[in-house]
Amino acid sequence: MEIFVQQLINGLTLGSIYGLIAIGYTMVFGIIGMVNFAHGDVFMLSAFISLIFFLILTAWLGISSVVLALFFVLIIAMVLTSLWGWTVERIAYRPLRGSFRLAPLISAIGVSIFLSNFVQVAQGARNKPTPPMVQDVIVLFQGASGYNVALSYKQIIIMVVTAVLLTIFWYVVQKTSLGRAQRACEQDRKMAALLGINVDRTISLTFVIGAALASVAGTMYLLYYGVVSFSDGFVPGVKAFTAAVLGGIGSLPGAVLGGLIIGLIETFWSAYFSIEYKDVAAFSILAIVLIFMPSGILGRPEVEKV
Amino acid sequence: MNAPSITTTAKTDTVSRNFDMAAAFKDALKAALITLGLSIPILAYKTDQSGADLFLTPRWGLVAIVCAIVFGLRLVIHAFTASRAYARATPSARQATEPVHAMPSAFQHVSRFAIPFFLGIAIAFPVLIYLIQGGLNESRYWVDLGILILTYVMLGWGLNIVVGLAGLLDLGYVAFYAVGAYSYALLSTTFGLSFWICLPLAGILAAFWGMILGFPVLRLRGDYLAIVTLAFGEIIRLVLINWVDLTNGGAGISSIPRATFFGLPFTAGESGFAATFGLEFNGMHRMIFLYYLILALALLTNFVTMRLRKLPVGRAWEALREDEIACRSLGINTTNTKLTAFAIGAMFGGFAGSFFAVRQGFVSPESFNFLESAIILAIVVMGGMGSQIGVAIAAIVLVGGPEILRNLTFLQAVFGSGFDPNEYRLLLFGMGMVAMMVWRPRGLISEREPSVILKERKAISGSLVKEGHG
Repeated sequence: MEIFVQQLINGLTLGSIYGLIAIGYTMVFGIIGMVNFAHGDVFMLSAFISLIFFLILTAWLGISSVVLALFFVLIIAMVLTSLWGWTVERIAYRPLRGSFRLAPLISAIGVSIFLSNFVQVAQGARNKPTPPMVQDVIVLFQGASGYNVALSYKQIIIMVVTAVLLTIFWYVVQKTSLGRAQRACEQDRKMAALLGINVDRTISLTFVIGAALASVAGTMYLLYYGVVSFSDGFVPGVKAFTAAVLGGIGSLPGAVLGGLIIGLIETFWSAYFSIEYKDVAAFSILAIVLIFMPSGILGRPEVEKV
Repeated sequence: MNAPSITTTAKTDTVSRNFDMAAAFKDALKAALITLGLSIPILAYKTDQSGADLFLTPRWGLVAIVCAIVFGLRLVIHAFTASRAYARATPSARQATEPVHAMPSAFQHVSRFAIPFFLGIAIAFPVLIYLIQGGLNESRYWVDLGILILTYVMLGWGLNIVVGLAGLLDLGYVAFYAVGAYSYALLSTTFGLSFWICLPLAGILAAFWGMILGFPVLRLRGDYLAIVTLAFGEIIRLVLINWVDLTNGGAGISSIPRATFFGLPFTAGESGFAATFGLEFNGMHRMIFLYYLILALALLTNFVTMRLRKLPVGRAWEALREDEIACRSLGINTTNTKLTAFAIGAMFGGFAGSFFAVRQGFVSPESFNFLESAIILAIVVMGGMGSQIGVAIAAIVLVGGPEILRNLTFLQAVFGSGFDPNEYRLLLFGMGMVAMMVWRPRGLISEREPSVILKERKAISGSLVKEGHG
């Protein structure tokens, strides 16, 4: 029981990180129908940006309050990662509209290889441990066997930040003209263009929003694990993509739901089955979902038009 | 599609030869500023570790150099596009009046001589190196490099069947390479089977796995297919790592029996290869034998692919690549077509895998990660999907290029003594894949020879459109 509750907390924390990344996949897929393979590496890059700025703020500028430093780091990382997202779209994806159907995916794989190796060359291949940021825990209750069920402050921070950002994001997509343009492009790009929506700009903004949310996930990942390396983009990226597909690709609530489910499955699998096979579980779910229920939980079934 | 472009001679005065310097300058400045923004934390500060602490080393000089390079490149691109726009806007009189014929391209003229030339070089390579380097032991490095390149040529040709011909993007190709390698490693260490029995077995097993993994993905296409094959590739690697009883886990399987010359071992002893043929014993005999072995395997792959292209199944592959729905409406059995592509591609991957195991004498799961799949895919993509000679050239450039760069001493003088081009290899691979998709989506050598010709050769409309002629 105690272990179950503890894993539930851990799973939800991990799941909210996956959910944040998954939104980037699902939005891009919804609007231009491509799997942004490089999204996981944008996430990894943002974790590095956060790490460097956290060091600058704490060690050089002497900000002693970790929460304040995290707040600034989050904002800076969002801005700079958005710039990366925008540039990647501009250079590698925009010229490919109307090319043959595998071109964007191959280009995205190229970007993914480029980004991870760029970080490797620029920052070195070793794992980068961060200085400990937030360490306190709240003991929720003690089980009969003396096992403490704990909720750490960093888990609270991760969940609160995720919830706040998702609310803002939800507001942007549902209520603003940008969100309306974005949803219109998702439904029918040609019609949206005819009605005077700047489709290129909307697609760029989709990438920017996706990268910004991924950068939040990157900062939270750094906070949670305290270590990052250049190869950390691939597996979380695949898991977040699994989450997006599981929730129904193209559906924003689906991405968050899928993220939470994948996070819970991963932690429970590690706790009750085998930690070695946790990635196998994630990859298997990906394959099974894509093969047997490609429209996911909340997605619309795809109607093939000829 | 073949209609000549509308004559624009009346408008030529609007396109001036001198491009707008101020606008180009502004744009280049913008690009440089964006580069500055992108490089602010990642390039400008390097995280170094001392003990448990991280500290930052600023590198603003590097940032300035990168920004300056971007600025200069952007200006050059502007100048280039301006002059090309001028050339476009003033067409020659001939272009306006004559219909476009699909003349054999310059490449096709060259390729008639290039293919026998490359083949000749490949066959004579150990001899040439022996003569240039002046000794067997001195040529070891080059023969080794030749073997490495040919392995990738073979893998590229194998994947080309799946990606280039059938148009099924397979991101888990390395799984079949792994199946081949582990088949040989396990069969030879457990049952003591010789390489020549294991080689076909490895191919069959890999083809079998190709079918098993191909079956569930039949309904998928495009991106989803690619992601599922990626998942399968990773699952196989993770199982190889974690199934310690069978595969010895991450430590890998070592002391795999070496290749023999059809039963004669390459040893110094009485019954060895050297003694039987009356030669002085030299370890290089085995290397040269391996070189010719992989050359033969690669040529077999090429030969089979070329013949298959002329068979109905090969034509069905290419039809499938162009349009699956049209293919199905014409009564082609897409299930069989896809499965044969997966199985045959996987089989050659399996052959290459067992060759890899016999060459290394050691296999471990880390040789078969996603990056390896991506490198093979990069070779196929850059060579031009479907073009055999293109894949071979891409493999030579992408695998051999960094090795050759490493030996150029003047590069070390420019970039400092610690310069190792291999570090930048994957960086360039990634950039190359993007650049390829943007500029020449059909590959460096976009030779797309129609397999079936009705009366006369015509340009394939798709390739004209993609490259901006249409």
